[in-house]
Amino acid sequence: MTSLAGAQSLTKHFNGVVALADFSYTVAEKEILGLLGPNGAGKTTLFNVLTGLLAPDSGDAKFKGTALLCQPVHKIANMGIARTFQNLRLIRRITVLENVLLCFKNQPGENLLNVFFRPGLCRRHEAVIREKATELLLTAGLADKANDLADNLSYGQQKLLSLLCCLAADAELLLLDEPVAGIAPEMAERILAIIADLPNQGKSAIVIEHDIDALKGIAHRMIFMDAGRKICEGVPDEVLNDPRVIEAYLD
Amino acid sequence: MDYLAHIGVLIAVYSILAVSLNMVAGYTGFLSLTHAGFYGIGAYVGALMSLHLHTPLLITLAVAVSLSGILGVLLALPALRLRDDHFVITTFAFQIILVSFLTNWTSITGGPMGLAGVPHASLFGWNLSTQTDYLIVTAAVAAFAWGISSRIEKSPLGRVLKSIREDDRLAASAGKNVALFKILIFAVSACVASTAGVLYVHYITFVDPSNFTVMESIFIVSIVILGGAGSLWGPVLGAVVLVTLPELLRFVGIPSAAAANIRQILYGLALVACMLWRPQGLIGEYAFGRAEKQK
Repeated sequence: MTSLAGAQSLTKHFNGVVALADFSYTVAEKEILGLLGPNGAGKTTLFNVLTGLLAPDSGDAKFKGTALLCQPVHKIANMGIARTFQNLRLIRRITVLENVLLCFKNQPGENLLNVFFRPGLCRRHEAVIREKATELLLTAGLADKANDLADNLSYGQQKLLSLLCCLAADAELLLLDEPVAGIAPEMAERILAIIADLPNQGKSAIVIEHDIDALKGIAHRMIFMDAGRKICEGVPDEVLNDPRVIEAYLD
Repeated sequence: MDYLAHIGVLIAVYSILAVSLNMVAGYTGFLSLTHAGFYGIGAYVGALMSLHLHTPLLITLAVAVSLSGILGVLLALPALRLRDDHFVITTFAFQIILVSFLTNWTSITGGPMGLAGVPHASLFGWNLSTQTDYLIVTAAVAAFAWGISSRIEKSPLGRVLKSIREDDRLAASAGKNVALFKILIFAVSACVASTAGVLYVHYITFVDPSNFTVMESIFIVSIVILGGAGSLWGPVLGAVVLVTLPELLRFVGIPSAAAANIRQILYGLALVACMLWRPQGLIGEYAFGRAEKQK
């Protein structure tokens, strides 16, 4: 398996609190990597570093051979990394469909000159992505909500929508921060099915999730981290039977 | 009749200003207190060019628009690194600087005395002179400005601007170059605002700094918020209401000495009432300043 992305020795401190300590990882093409760890282990910090929202104190991160660190957030996103947020971020006062449309890349209609001087081009492209977006919503079972404000969706539906936004972005690497935490089982099933299908579309994902059973079902490999450090790594059964993991989760 | 046409011209001028501010404050969600400044730049460019060079209206407009656009970018570059209140303060400062410039650069701007005797505009050999002439032209420009704002709002670009208003971090995470979009819309907005100045100065044939102070900027903000920030027709409706309301006072027989003060009180009251009970304005959907900011 060829490596898609990875990082070496990432370190990040917040006022003396260690968020990441010498953390390294790799994720292969078409691989789903589960990220486990107690609260405050540095999982979300890792996502923030990888997407450019936070600069690490030291270390190095790469995506498809290109250095990620010190790049602006939008450039990293356009390289092919999409993410969801733990505290669920959506553009709440536009419709569900518009949220999905927003996430498509390279839209000619986002260029001011095109808007005024090449309206035909913009309209054609808009029609194409509108069709793709509708299809995404249809497969995910959100089509009947397409014209509702994103704010009016249930919590589970909002989580589903934020995952669809990553699909619309056609990113090669998805960073999913607790995609099924706190939502109804059937919605969780739907979301997990979409994630499990990502490798078939040539995509990889790193998934943070506290629901071990859910994670076990989809992850090819897992990393357990605590206090910013990687404690152990391997196939799910191996990691979940590691005494240090059992201690952290069953204590 | 002339009186009605005069009111019409004022409504059109303020519609242009409000529509331009709405692109920044309504669609993109950051409040600018410097729009009277761009209005002033338009007015002074219009006055100077037609006084010294006797240029036709279209050329004056082109120069004013370009100059405002450049100044808009220059202001946006440092200011847009700041958020929320800090951004407002920066635009406020720019507004103050600009007025002191106009007041003190006496050799060019005539200082506090202003520039008098600005000739009427000429458009393809048509010399505008009556109120009705100006009503036609300003209304046409206002319609054009509204068209620009509407085209932007309905485009994918408008979608990006709204996403920046709601959550700029998320917009960046979705791959949008937030800073670039902000600079762009600020420049477009400045360009549109300056056309109002050019038209106004030809119409009034006189210009002095007192028309372009921060009070004027606040008035433009009031129009946008009262009408409905973020909505297409809100700024136009706001302009109609806030321009005609004080005119109605004339007919109630209030002495003219008191009228000016009452007008200020009225604007203030309208703004406060709006923020308290109807933050989305008369016909808006977006409650200004009540964005659920997710940090």
